[in-house]
Amino acid sequence: MPITLSSLTPVANHRPWNRYEVDGAAWEAIGASLGKGEGDLLGLWGEPGAVHMALRSAPEPPAVVSLAVRAGTFPSIGKYHPPAIRLERAIMDLYGYTATGAPDERPWLDHGAWGLRAPLGAREPALLRDPADYAFQSVHGEGLHQIPVGPVHAGIIEPGHFRFTANGETVARLEERLGYVHKGIDGLLTDLDSDKAARVVARVSGDSTVALSFAFARALEAARAVEAPPRAQVIRAVMAELERMANHFGDIGAICNDAAFALLHSHCGIFRERVLAVSDQVFGHRLMMDEILPGGVRHDIAAEGARALLALLDELEPRFDEVVRFYDSTPSLLDRTRTTGIVSRELVTRWAAGGHVGRASGRDFDARRDLAYPPYSQGTFKIPVLEAGDVDARLWIRVHEIETSLALLRGWLAALPDGPVRVDAAGASDAGEGVAVVEAFRGDLLVWLRLASDGRIARCHVRDPSWFQWPLLEAAIEGNIVADFPLCNKSFNCSYSGQDV
Amino acid sequence: MRTLLLKSLFARSATIAAPAAGEGALAEVGRALEQRVRRLFGRSIAIREVDAGSCNGCELEIHALNNAVYDVERFGIRFVASPRHADILLVTGPVTHNMKVALERTYAATPDPKWVVAVGDCAAGCGVFEGSYAVVGKVEQVIPVDLHIRGCPPRPIDLLRGLIALMDQATARV
Repeated sequence: MPITLSSLTPVANHRPWNRYEVDGAAWEAIGASLGKGEGDLLGLWGEPGAVHMALRSAPEPPAVVSLAVRAGTFPSIGKYHPPAIRLERAIMDLYGYTATGAPDERPWLDHGAWGLRAPLGAREPALLRDPADYAFQSVHGEGLHQIPVGPVHAGIIEPGHFRFTANGETVARLEERLGYVHKGIDGLLTDLDSDKAARVVARVSGDSTVALSFAFARALEAARAVEAPPRAQVIRAVMAELERMANHFGDIGAICNDAAFALLHSHCGIFRERVLAVSDQVFGHRLMMDEILPGGVRHDIAAEGARALLALLDELEPRFDEVVRFYDSTPSLLDRTRTTGIVSRELVTRWAAGGHVGRASGRDFDARRDLAYPPYSQGTFKIPVLEAGDVDARLWIRVHEIETSLALLRGWLAALPDGPVRVDAAGASDAGEGVAVVEAFRGDLLVWLRLASDGRIARCHVRDPSWFQWPLLEAAIEGNIVADFPLCNKSFNCSYSGQDV
Repeated sequence: MRTLLLKSLFARSATIAAPAAGEGALAEVGRALEQRVRRLFGRSIAIREVDAGSCNGCELEIHALNNAVYDVERFGIRFVASPRHADILLVTGPVTHNMKVALERTYAATPDPKWVVAVGDCAAGCGVFEGSYAVVGKVEQVIPVDLHIRGCPPRPIDLLRGLIALMDQATARV
């Protein structure tokens, strides 16, 4: 990085990383440096009067940099570093701040249906627009036709619009339009007490509810300089790995199903159901929603709970192994998944795409190891990385991650630390800022927050891993046939709600 | 590979026994249905799921209805890809402003007679997202609702109880 952040004075009470207030020139220099591949963008968000950017340039610790907005503008990062483009469009929609020099100024979350402009900024009344009035990028060429899909899709899935431009069967371009399930979560969180805010954050994306609560709790604990007790930290990770396994089982089955291979879908559906049923038995909620709280966890794992979980692992492991072998020995299925939807290493690196999307294309990053937090920081575990970057590789990453989760769970459940499962998270001082990154099943998930002096949330932002994966789906489908889109889409399985917030 | 197929053939069914129709749900849909339409469906109901703003938690549990454990198709209930083929709209989420038009159009595209089931605490009462500039509110504020299935998210067994109640009422002999 051309800017040596460590030479600046950090803002007080921002933990665990430093936050620096920079000027426009430094902000722009950081953008240029990101554009040259000298670091990863971890997040970019606004608040009244300022914009913030989280970044990491290994081996230096990650940092947050902040810039005061002048006359409603700030220098565009997207101009240098395309992963910032959608984030800047979201800042424009929510706060009304223009990213000067931005390559794309179209609205992103604002579909003209709120009756408001910049609802978290100037909050001016605005005329309603036709929701279909959106300038898709034009595609020219002989014999091209467009296929509009959504927002209401054919399956039981979230809403979003996909605009395909196809040449016969081959996709020439896919353009996504998202924001349909934008619920105004950044605005809702402001001024909430931490318990209420935790409930909202847990519902940013239901399939990642454990990871979201985990990251929120860690960010809040960082801001208040308290730490959850060791037993709670392990129980949190037990839930996080159960969530990862349940989602991966579901995704592996669903990918096979999208190649019309129903048998493996049925088996994986049963595995997923078993994980949820035992989670319900042990924690009292199938998705373990609201189980992780600031300061610890809601429910302890009793001795019979640990036994039930270990029995579940013993039950699933051989059965899953059999299903994986079946997948790997079915040429008609492999024919659909191999060499389909390839994403290049260059793209996942530039987008700092987390989870199976990055690791299937050679990006060796896992927040559990590279931004380690307890209890992961206390041991070593296998992180699978593949190079092929296709649907098959993304499926195999999930298979290997389930193997890692099984091993981690066995270790923790055999020797849960003693002690309490929750401490008072009120902390020494109530004002402060905290940031946390947790490895959700999709990849790294960031929560940043600032507490007011009365302990309420002054500002909280959740950045779902999907922000840096959705754009790559557009690249993955290019040159593939339309009929392979469900496979590609499922192999990514990005969150609509998490992106739309 | 063959062993898995053979095992699948001879294994005991993973499907659980059918739950009784939910009593509260029975009372609610009983009011909603006219006798005239009860004979129309012949124990077969087609459902179109619409996410109108959900966090996707409800979708996960609605999905589970199709797995081998709950196997909703044995009750003649199946999920269809188009509202044109649907008898029931299963709507989740607090309705966002950005999804309001799409929900209204989906409802309009569903042929009569039709029912709307609002699934989850958000759909039934707006949940934790109440008061946001981006949210219209509960489903009832946008389209008429015949049955509410609460929960955050509702368990598949609760979804099944509600749907069986709807099914019993819709297809009961007159």
